[in-house]
Amino acid sequence: MRYIDEYRDAEAVHRYAALLTKLTTRAWTLMEICGGQTHAILRFGIDALLPPQITLLHGPGCPVCVTPLELIDKALEIAMQPNVIFTSFGDMLRVPGSRGDLLSCKARGADVRMVYSPLDALKLAQRQPEKQVVFFAVGFETTAPANAMAIYQAAKLGVTNFSILVSHVLVPPAIEAILSAEGNRVQAFLAAGHVCAVMGYTEYEPLAAKYRVPFVVTGFEPLDIIEGVYMAVKQLEEGRAEVENQYVRAVRREGNAHAIALIREVFEVVPRKWRGIGEIPNSGLGLRAAYAAFDAEKRFGVARYRAEESGECISGLVLQGAKKPSECPAFGTRCTPERPLGATMVSSEGACAAYYRYRLDSVGQAETT
Amino acid sequence: MSEFTFSCPIPISDYPQVLLAHGSGGKLMHHLLEKLILPTFANPISASGHDGVTLTFDGSRLAFTTDSFVVKPLFFPGGDIGALAVNGTVNDLAMCGARPRYLSLSFILEEGLPMETLWRVVQSIRAAAEAADVQIVTGDTKVVDRGKGDGMFINTAGIGVIEHSLIIAPHMVREGDAILINGDLGRHGMAIMAVREGLTFETTIESDCAPLAAPVLRLIEAGVEVHCLRDMTRGGMASSLVEIAKGAGLHLHIDEARLPIRDDVRAACEILGLDPLYVANEGRFVAFVPQAQAEKALAAIGEGAVQVGVVRADAKGKVTAQSGIGVSRVVDMLSGEQLPRIC
Repeated sequence: MRYIDEYRDAEAVHRYAALLTKLTTRAWTLMEICGGQTHAILRFGIDALLPPQITLLHGPGCPVCVTPLELIDKALEIAMQPNVIFTSFGDMLRVPGSRGDLLSCKARGADVRMVYSPLDALKLAQRQPEKQVVFFAVGFETTAPANAMAIYQAAKLGVTNFSILVSHVLVPPAIEAILSAEGNRVQAFLAAGHVCAVMGYTEYEPLAAKYRVPFVVTGFEPLDIIEGVYMAVKQLEEGRAEVENQYVRAVRREGNAHAIALIREVFEVVPRKWRGIGEIPNSGLGLRAAYAAFDAEKRFGVARYRAEESGECISGLVLQGAKKPSECPAFGTRCTPERPLGATMVSSEGACAAYYRYRLDSVGQAETT
Repeated sequence: MSEFTFSCPIPISDYPQVLLAHGSGGKLMHHLLEKLILPTFANPISASGHDGVTLTFDGSRLAFTTDSFVVKPLFFPGGDIGALAVNGTVNDLAMCGARPRYLSLSFILEEGLPMETLWRVVQSIRAAAEAADVQIVTGDTKVVDRGKGDGMFINTAGIGVIEHSLIIAPHMVREGDAILINGDLGRHGMAIMAVREGLTFETTIESDCAPLAAPVLRLIEAGVEVHCLRDMTRGGMASSLVEIAKGAGLHLHIDEARLPIRDDVRAACEILGLDPLYVANEGRFVAFVPQAQAEKALAAIGEGAVQVGVVRADAKGKVTAQSGIGVSRVVDMLSGEQLPRIC
């Protein structure tokens, strides 16, 4: 298959691994931001090919994982209201709130539907004007343009029975939170290629300069990831701290101007609470006042809502790279995909789910790498 | 009376309601079977953990199975609910190593279903039964109120004759066995998903829905010492392998580079973030045979058959896959259905 097979070529990957081994003279700790990259690393076993001095920490780039508990509770409450069709991306449906998940709401009679795009949810609203259609707008900069487009179109078309429950988050503020945290171990970042395809990578340049850490904009296939690691280690070995682009086939420095303009039209930067991490200033997107009519929190009166996390879940530490999933005492025992304590065990991008799926041996022990 | 309990063995706090995932072939379904169904009806025959059972009457052996079909939409590229209802049961019998002979056919129809739709399904059932060389010999029809069924549900049960003395079961799998499959993976699941979700790709992915008795019987007639067979339906190849690995107490190792997956299926899986290892098939099976007979077995199964792995004794009840770049990972059953990811 074109554009996939070339980037899964075993020989090329092993060649890069050999070059990386030759290049590496000391221990380095890198973080891949994106959960999609975490899964690719574990699924293909890329970490097993790296020289032993290199540690990969898994970052907070899993939108499902960082969506705060109270927002999921709000989603559950809205979904259970009569006359509501609650729509969401697939992997949000299984994430536990403090009282069940959206799939259990569905089993209790709520009209919960999986959609592939917020624009499909908007179409549903147009087809069923007697219903209130709500879309769960989660995600990073990657999903923001489509969500913005749905609202922009809804406003233009005068669709009044459509709204979104917004939990958008932004990558650069999260990186800054990690870098400025006490005891930070991350020395270089693999920036998420698809986020940069939308936003470009100028936002990372001040971070690289301020904290003296290299950034490499990296794709999602094995060859992308190992080349990204190679470029980051090369910078570290040479004492450079720049923003480089491995994912040149998809990313330009300035990003996608149309997408950015649309995001700015509909959303504004707001403080946002991250599940397991806490509130990070300027780290989220919320609807601008001009589009407030499409805000599901306001429409359904669920704006004030507080919830408590399970005390045992260390997903916050996992998301910040302070712990690996296998270091959690509940991992694979009291916390499994069937009975998750936190969202990192649920999402197809969550680090704990990736460890569980690809690394757990038959007796429930995580294999060390 | 001995001890008898009316309390539900699956704690209410876990799942007070049945979820769709309880029927998806993954871990939740196995919990349901292991905790609630099997212990209630415990007997040595049902404990075999197979989709069909082998019954012995006066020295001759029969295979018996039943299956219900609730597919939406009723018609999809490469098949329909009728063909599925015949082939699903025929294939469960074939996986016991039996020659399928007789099927029952029960409809649960929804009020308002166009008669023409029913006619098309009945014609499809006739054609599928002819192709699989089975007779429909008994059945039933019920109608439920409009809105209480998805057009139609079908249940079939089947009886087949076992004409050989092989024992075909997970516990017969041996170290060194070759793991064979009869063709490309993931087409049925992706065909259904494409129609159901309105996803269009450059090509039409058609279901692999097909009867499997003929290749299985050829395998046995060729004198291959078949150790285990399993059709790779819900939960895909991964779930079938994990079940067999547990039943055999051995380590099944597959090489992902050897898995035949059509480009359009791979592309659709890539776009949606799904792993083809977990996507359903309706005409694909895995066979465990001695490595020395692998060539003969592949020839007997016919076009499309490939060896995808081997059985090892270095771990118990485990499935591993060598990734395209040569590193091994664990393959586990999913807890529910695969859900498309966000980005």
